[in-house]
Amino acid sequence: MTSALFPLTIREQAAQRFEQLGWPTPRQEEWKYTNVAPISKIQWKSAGQAASIGQAGAPDLNMAGRALVELTFVNGVFVSKTGGGAKGLKVSRLAEEQSEKLAKYADYQDHPFTALNTANANDGALIVTEAGAAIEGFIHILYFGSGDEVWSHPRNLILAGRNSQLTVVETYAGEGRYFTNAVTEIVAEEGAVVDHYKIECESSSAYHVGTIQIHQERSSNVTARSVAVGGALVRNEVNAALKGEGCSLALEGLFIGAGSQHIDNKTVIDHARPHCESMELYKGILDGNARGVFDGRVIVGVGAQKTVARQTNKNLLLSETAIIDSKPTLEIHNDDVKCNHGSTIGQLAEEPLFYLRSRGIGEEEARGLLIYAFASEIVDRMKVEPVRELIRRAMFQQMPDRLPERRGASR
Amino acid sequence: MLEIKNLHAGIEGKEILKGLTLSVGTGEVHAIMGPNGSGKSTLANVLSGRPRYEVTQGSVTFEGKDLLAMATEERAREGVFLAMQYPVEIPGVNNIYFLKAAVNAVRKHRGEEELDAMEFLQLAREKMKVVDLDEAFMNRAVNEGFSGGEKKRNEIFQMAVLDPKLAILDETDSGLDIDALRIVAQGVNALRSEKHSVLCITHYQRLLTYLVPDFVHVLAGGRIVKSGGKELALELEQKGYEWIEQEAVAAR
Ligand SMILES: Nc1ncnc2c1ncn2[C@@H]1O[C@H](COP(=O)(O)OP(=O)(O)OP(=O)(O)O)[C@@H](O)[C@H]1O
Ligand SMILES: [Mg+2]
Repeated sequence: MTSALFPLTIREQAAQRFEQLGWPTPRQEEWKYTNVAPISKIQWKSAGQAASIGQAGAPDLNMAGRALVELTFVNGVFVSKTGGGAKGLKVSRLAEEQSEKLAKYADYQDHPFTALNTANANDGALIVTEAGAAIEGFIHILYFGSGDEVWSHPRNLILAGRNSQLTVVETYAGEGRYFTNAVTEIVAEEGAVVDHYKIECESSSAYHVGTIQIHQERSSNVTARSVAVGGALVRNEVNAALKGEGCSLALEGLFIGAGSQHIDNKTVIDHARPHCESMELYKGILDGNARGVFDGRVIVGVGAQKTVARQTNKNLLLSETAIIDSKPTLEIHNDDVKCNHGSTIGQLAEEPLFYLRSRGIGEEEARGLLIYAFASEIVDRMKVEPVRELIRRAMFQQMPDRLPERRGASR
Repeated sequence: MLEIKNLHAGIEGKEILKGLTLSVGTGEVHAIMGPNGSGKSTLANVLSGRPRYEVTQGSVTFEGKDLLAMATEERAREGVFLAMQYPVEIPGVNNIYFLKAAVNAVRKHRGEEELDAMEFLQLAREKMKVVDLDEAFMNRAVNEGFSGGEKKRNEIFQMAVLDPKLAILDETDSGLDIDALRIVAQGVNALRSEKHSVLCITHYQRLLTYLVPDFVHVLAGGRIVKSGGKELALELEQKGYEWIEQEAVAAR
């Protein structure tokens, strides 16, 4: 067993806190749309040692050679590190290198799954950039789950130093009925630029709960993208605290559910200081009996004058039995702001479909092109090409009957 | 090539075409003119199978086959092309990718080998020149952010690439400046041959001076009320439609 990440006191506190809080239930406002009973009723155990990544699917996930540094974990246990890194960048394992900043941002007093993670985390990535370092390329952290009744609690800490710039991709995938409970803390110091991707394409019988906790200081710029494609029951939380003046934040999400998947996206953006801007766009595509949730809150505090905030959730329902609960919320505590929010729910539009078909493209293929098109508003903005490829593959695997395989597509 | 007999059709329970009969032979260019709301676009839409239009009576055959029984994409694959009056913007669908899929769907239907990326690009480049579209347009989303004139030229470009047997142009000339108009006409004339037919819906004589139709028809009140040669278009431009409508009423 690898050594624990946290000092014993924190672990014990967090464990105690989880005991007190217990598993959340839909009676709690924060968990209104999602029942975690399927997770809580299983007797989970940790993997003692690293399994190997199964043959199937794994080559697709591997971005070694394209990533600057790649860390791979199986069931939360470290497997490999590849890549040379870059000047001003340090990528290490939290099991080997501790940071005083760890557990300072993700709250484990009120968030049961963060408490559970903090009590049980054994390893994860620590990514630090020096002040002024502009890191070209991206860092990839791959968490692979394998087997049944196994849980893992990945923990990551990303510290972007003043005026530094970096891109981090986290991929979650696997095979089996496992449970991943991940927490990532991102700290963007003054003027730092962080582009963060979380790609959740877990096995179709796996459970995934994850929190991205973002802390922004003055004039920092963070883009956090969350893509959820796989998993039986998924809860993705992104919480951002804009703690300095002039920060900008973009939260972009894409969730794609089929079968009887349940994908819950919860975001909280806390505007605490003046002159900050947040742009949030989450798009959902739901088929079969899948259920999606978008529960987004933007809080503009008393001291956050000149805030600009836009929050949008757009959903595409492909079947009559798919369900979306969309709840964008603005809580504004001062007058000097420009904020708007909204959500849409719809089917594929008739006009574009007719247009494509009138050129000879078959109905199924035309529908598929339009489904990709709906997703592309998020995907095309992604700067990391291997991520775009991964998402298109994952989408195709998710709904092969709906989507044309995009061989040789230029984008 | 195209035989329309006693066509009655409408939308949302409202009958718009009321017994339209028209025959377009192979290699012919026909112009259809008529007042606003007379049913010109309805005819174009019914021929291309736009959803929600209902045919209540009559028949349409294309090269002897029942056109109305075919799905929209089948009609396109058989060689019917509609340049739309209002081309829709489709964000997220790449122009070149879309058109390649379309070309290959048509080729497959004809039993021809599908084009690979290089072959297709070569074809596309060649046709782009005809309509004077910049290559940058190819990599944009279908019609997204295109000006009115660019959308129309894109329609003609698609037509040129798909090489249909029957091209239906629904007011492709409307709103075009003289240069764009000439380009559109050039695109259509390039397609013209003894194997290709054109059905050109327009309000103006302008395009017809470049296209020179074999026949001109007036559509009013859901029927073809007058047919003639290319001179008819000139006459219509000078005198309007009223005299024809009166003639039609008197003839009953
Ligand atoms: N979706 C619709 N629902 C109801 N009525 C419609 C619809 N589309 C068209 N119409 C009506 O059908 C009639 C014929 O319309 P159509 O578009 O065919 O005319 P047009 O000859 O093409 O006119 P224009 O010269 O203005 O393009 C008009 O009265 C129009 O208002
Ligand atoms: Mg019209």
